[in-house]
Amino acid sequence: MPLHRNDQHVQALSRRAVLKTIGLAGLALAGSSAWADQSMRLPFASGPQERPITHDFPQKGPMILQRTRPPLLETPMEVFDRGVFTPNDQFYVRWHWAVIPTSVDADAFRLAVRGHVNQVLSLSIGDLLKMPRVELAAVNQCSGNSRGFFSPRVPGAQWAHGAMGNALWAGVRLKDVLDRAGIKSGAIQVRFSGLDEPVVPEAPDFRKSLDIDHARDGEVMIAFAMNGEQMPLLNGFPLRLIVPGWYSTYWVKMLSDIEVLDRADDNYWMATAYTIPDTPHANITPGQTGVKMIPISRMVPRSFFTNVTEGASLPAGASAAIRGIAFGGDTSVAKVELSMDDGQTWQPATLGEDHGKYSFRRWQVTIPQLAKGHHSLMIRCTSLSGDVQPATPNWNNSGFMLNAVETAHVTAA
Amino acid sequence: MRHVIIALGTSFAALLTPASAQVQPAPPITSTSVELPPGDALFPGGSSADAINNNCLACHSADMVLNQPVLSRSAWDSEVHKMIKAYRAPIDEGDVPAIVDYLASIKGTN
Repeated sequence: MPLHRNDQHVQALSRRAVLKTIGLAGLALAGSSAWADQSMRLPFASGPQERPITHDFPQKGPMILQRTRPPLLETPMEVFDRGVFTPNDQFYVRWHWAVIPTSVDADAFRLAVRGHVNQVLSLSIGDLLKMPRVELAAVNQCSGNSRGFFSPRVPGAQWAHGAMGNALWAGVRLKDVLDRAGIKSGAIQVRFSGLDEPVVPEAPDFRKSLDIDHARDGEVMIAFAMNGEQMPLLNGFPLRLIVPGWYSTYWVKMLSDIEVLDRADDNYWMATAYTIPDTPHANITPGQTGVKMIPISRMVPRSFFTNVTEGASLPAGASAAIRGIAFGGDTSVAKVELSMDDGQTWQPATLGEDHGKYSFRRWQVTIPQLAKGHHSLMIRCTSLSGDVQPATPNWNNSGFMLNAVETAHVTAA
Repeated sequence: MRHVIIALGTSFAALLTPASAQVQPAPPITSTSVELPPGDALFPGGSSADAINNNCLACHSADMVLNQPVLSRSAWDSEVHKMIKAYRAPIDEGDVPAIVDYLASIKGTN
């Protein structure tokens, strides 16, 4: 995949930084040797922690195998250390239903636009390619990213932090497509569905809806390209809905049907699944009941270490360049800070190039010489709207929206 | 090409770049056919896994379940009934106790 020019620049810088601090043997540095391992240990508080590394999925490089069918493939954290954009062949994969078309004819494919509209449309890829084109860097993150770190544990895909990725998406504005159909007055929501289907015909087809004003905001887009190439089939080829700043449940893959509704969508995937407690940080006490539930929506700020793993050892008496990625959720990163005293004091990280408010942002901090012994490094992101990662992990029954401050325990020796 | 991309990098102050010289040409969109791994491995445990193997593998592979943390028997019972009720899994009600027994035995809290 062609890398963004600036990524190559950042990578070159990173390699120099690594060379300068070559003594940091304990750092988990990205490298092809890591992929020789056929399994990986995810640092959950309890088991099972081992996952196979799979090379068996089409258009995909080495991925953490969470489920074979329908596929749940996680991006190893080391991938995020290599650049601000996540390569297509290691971008995470998540499907709900097992009937996934394995062959898509780009000429025969049609996107339907129907429902509460003046003119029903059946658009080919060629039709979309003739429309005004837009590009946007945006993070796609599963609602349940990091679920395996919930305490107490909850059922569901036991993701570590790799059910997320950042890509440069290219396509057309959803608004332009809706305007072409002409929305009738009284439209309330717009519902999206893809080519995938449940094995059992009676089961609820996967459909997601956005409010009409959101759908027409000019930011929501229909993408046909990801990082300059057509999407891998498992990431939604040929078309995917892009909902910047919102969790990936709305980013419908293999998008084939757009239905304008004159009512609120009450289908299972909106009314029951993917709902969160209507509380700050979607947080409740385990066992708490009677909480009002609402559909999950905007993402919240997060930050991660990408060149230090939990339990790493660093050389005592040497400084070290610690780096990672952050994102603001539904707005820009305002600041990223690192603490070495359990959160009593925080020092600002240097931020990398700004690729827009919905993108990953790289950060780096050079920490001073470490005394021998145990140290904890904490990383915290604050968004432009003032939303800050909480010190205490949030909890809910579904394992959604974890965004607590991350801590890496390291040993200087 | 490289200059175009550099221009893009600096233009993201505007959230969406309008179609213009700054937007890269669309890549070719070509028909795609792939093969997916079958994911047909059975749950371990011989005859104790018959009920789960017979009822659950049509919709998903076993690895997802084997990757779950330990859960209480009632939590496993809820999961099985969620599959039946919400996801319409065609599970014979008579097989439910054997499925829950299996899950509680390999992934139970006690």
